[in-house]
Amino acid sequence: MAVSERTTGTPQPIGFSRSSAGLIGMVLRWIALFVAVVLFLLPFYLILRNALSTEADITAPDWTLFPKDLQWGNISELFKDTQVPMARSLYNSAVVGIVGTAGQLLLASMAGYGLARIPYRHADKVFYAIIATLMIPGAVTFIPSFIVVSSLGWVSSLRGLIIPTLFSGFAAFLFRQYFLNFPRELEEAARVDGAGHFGVFWRIVVPNSLPFFAALAAITFIGNWNSFLWPLVIGQDSSSWTVQVAMSTFVTAQTINIHELFMAAAVSILPLVLIFLFLQRYLIQGVTQSGIKD
Amino acid sequence: MSTSTSPRTADPAATGERRGPRRRKQGIAGNTRWFWIFVGPFVLGLLIFSYLPIIWSLVLSFFEAYNTVTPSKFVGFQNYVDMLTDHAFLSSLGTFTLFAVFIVPLTFALSLALALLVNQVKIARAFFRSVFFLPTACSYVVASLIWRLSIFNGVRFGLANTVLSWFGIDGIAWLSTIDPPWYWIPIVSVRLWLQLGFYMILFIAGLQRISPTLYEAAYVDGAKPGWQVFRYITLPQLRATSVAVLILNLIAAYQAFDEFYNLIGNASFARPPLVYLYGISLGSIQDLGHGSAGALILAVIIMLVTLLQNRIFGFGKAGD
Repeated sequence: MAVSERTTGTPQPIGFSRSSAGLIGMVLRWIALFVAVVLFLLPFYLILRNALSTEADITAPDWTLFPKDLQWGNISELFKDTQVPMARSLYNSAVVGIVGTAGQLLLASMAGYGLARIPYRHADKVFYAIIATLMIPGAVTFIPSFIVVSSLGWVSSLRGLIIPTLFSGFAAFLFRQYFLNFPRELEEAARVDGAGHFGVFWRIVVPNSLPFFAALAAITFIGNWNSFLWPLVIGQDSSSWTVQVAMSTFVTAQTINIHELFMAAAVSILPLVLIFLFLQRYLIQGVTQSGIKD
Repeated sequence: MSTSTSPRTADPAATGERRGPRRRKQGIAGNTRWFWIFVGPFVLGLLIFSYLPIIWSLVLSFFEAYNTVTPSKFVGFQNYVDMLTDHAFLSSLGTFTLFAVFIVPLTFALSLALALLVNQVKIARAFFRSVFFLPTACSYVVASLIWRLSIFNGVRFGLANTVLSWFGIDGIAWLSTIDPPWYWIPIVSVRLWLQLGFYMILFIAGLQRISPTLYEAAYVDGAKPGWQVFRYITLPQLRATSVAVLILNLIAAYQAFDEFYNLIGNASFARPPLVYLYGISLGSIQDLGHGSAGALILAVIIMLVTLLQNRIFGFGKAGD
C-alpha cells in the first residue's frame, strides 16, 4: 500500500539540517501543524459543544468553552420531537448506505471480473460502453435520472433512492483493473479442480481480494451516507428523507432549535466516525485507489 | 501497514498464453453465456439508469415539458436558445468560474502543504494524518450546518463575530452581505475543510512513491535542501498526482451544489449552475424541458474543460 510509515529514516523531501536555520524552519513547521490541527478540529468541538448545550447557552453573548451542565437529555428530546423524523431518516440512511454499498460492489465486481477474465468477442465494446459513462459528470445527470425514476413511479421510495445509484461505471473500471492483476495461478489451480467461472470467482477470487473490497466498501458507504443531491431530489415526502435531507430541511427552514440540530449532526456523523476509527487503513487505501486512475 | 494481500506478481499477458487452443475452443459457447451472467446485470442497469436518462433528457430538451416527463410540444432549439440567453443561467456559470478560481489553486497548494508537513513529521504521523482526514466523515450538510449556525452565524453569538468583538469590530452578516461579498469566505472555507484531507492523502501517496535515491543524488550534486529540492525533485515527481488532483478538483467544483444550497439557498447572488437547474426543473414549476437543455449544456461545458485540461497537462500520455 502506498500510504505507509515507511519513509521514516529515508532522506526527507525538504530536509531537516542541524543548522540554526533548520531549527527555525522546524519550529515554524510545528507551529503550522498545530494551528492546522486546531482549525481542523474546531468544527467537531462546535458540534459537541452545541449538541450538549441549552438554547440559552448557545445564544449567550459571552462565549463559554463548554456548557456548565451537559445536556444529555438533548438526545431524547431530538428523538421525541415529532416535527423531525429523526429515527425514520436514520433508518433510511442506513438502508441506503448498506444496501447501496453491497449492491454496488456486487454488481461492479462481477462486471469487472467478467471483463477482465472471461474471453468474449465483444468484451472490448462492452468495456468502452461502460467507461464512456465516466465522461458524463455525475451530478449533471440528476434531472435526466429524475425523469426516468419518476416515470417508474419510484419518487419518494427507497427503491428510487438506491437502485439508480447501484451502477457505477467507475467501480466496475476499478474492479476490472484490479482483477487484471490478480494472480492467474490461483484461478488456474481451482479450474484444474473442476471449478467454473462462478466457483472460481466466489471461492478463490473474492476471498483473496477482501482488502480491496473493504477499501471500496468503506469509501462507497461514506459516499452513500453523505450523499445529498439525489436523496433531496427523490425524497419529496418526509417518510423517504435520509438524515442529510432531514437536517438540510431544518437548517434552511430554521424551524427547530440550534441545539437539537447540532445533536442531529452529532448522531449523524457517529457511524462514520466509527468507520474512521476502525477501518481507516481501508479508507485510505480506497482514496488512493479511486483517486488516481491509472 | 504494507497491506494488499494480493501479490501483484503475475504478468497476465504472459500467463494467459499458456492456455492451449484445445481448451479455448471448447470453452467459447460457455464463455459467452458466463460473460453475460457476470456483466449483464450491470450493463442492463447502466442502460436504464445512465444511457436512457441521457437520451430521454436529450429528447425532452427539444420539447416543452412543464410538470411532465412526456414530451408535449416540439420547440426545436428554443430551450437551448432560452438557456443561453437566460441572464440567471449565464450568471450562475460566472459564479462557478469565480468559485473555481478560488477553490482549485487553494486546494492544490494547501493539500500539498499539509502532505509535506505530515510526511516530514517523525512522531505521531498517523495522528496528524487522521486529524486532517477526519472531516471526510462529515457531509456537506453537517459542515454547512456548523458554518451557518455556529461559525459564520451573522448574529452576535456566532463564533467569527465573537472573535471580531474581542477586537472591537462589529459583527458581520457573513452569508447575506453582498458588498463586500463576505459570503465567499464561508463558501470557500467549508469546502477546504471538507476536502483538503482527501487530496492530502493523494499527495502523501505520491510523495512516498518518490525514490529516496533521487534525494540522495540531489544532495550529492549540492542541491540546497528546501526550495531547490522541492522545485527540482519533489514537484516534478508529483506531476501525475498533481494532474489528478487538479482534474478531480475542477470537476467537483463544477458540480458544487450541497454547500451553496445549504448555506445560501437559491439566492441569485451566489448560485452555481446546479442550484439554478434544480430550482427551475424541480421547484414550484417543474420545467423539465429547460432543465434538460441546461443540464446538457453544463455537461458539455464540463467535458470540454476536462478535455482541455487533459490536453494542457498531457494527462494520459505514455510513460507518465
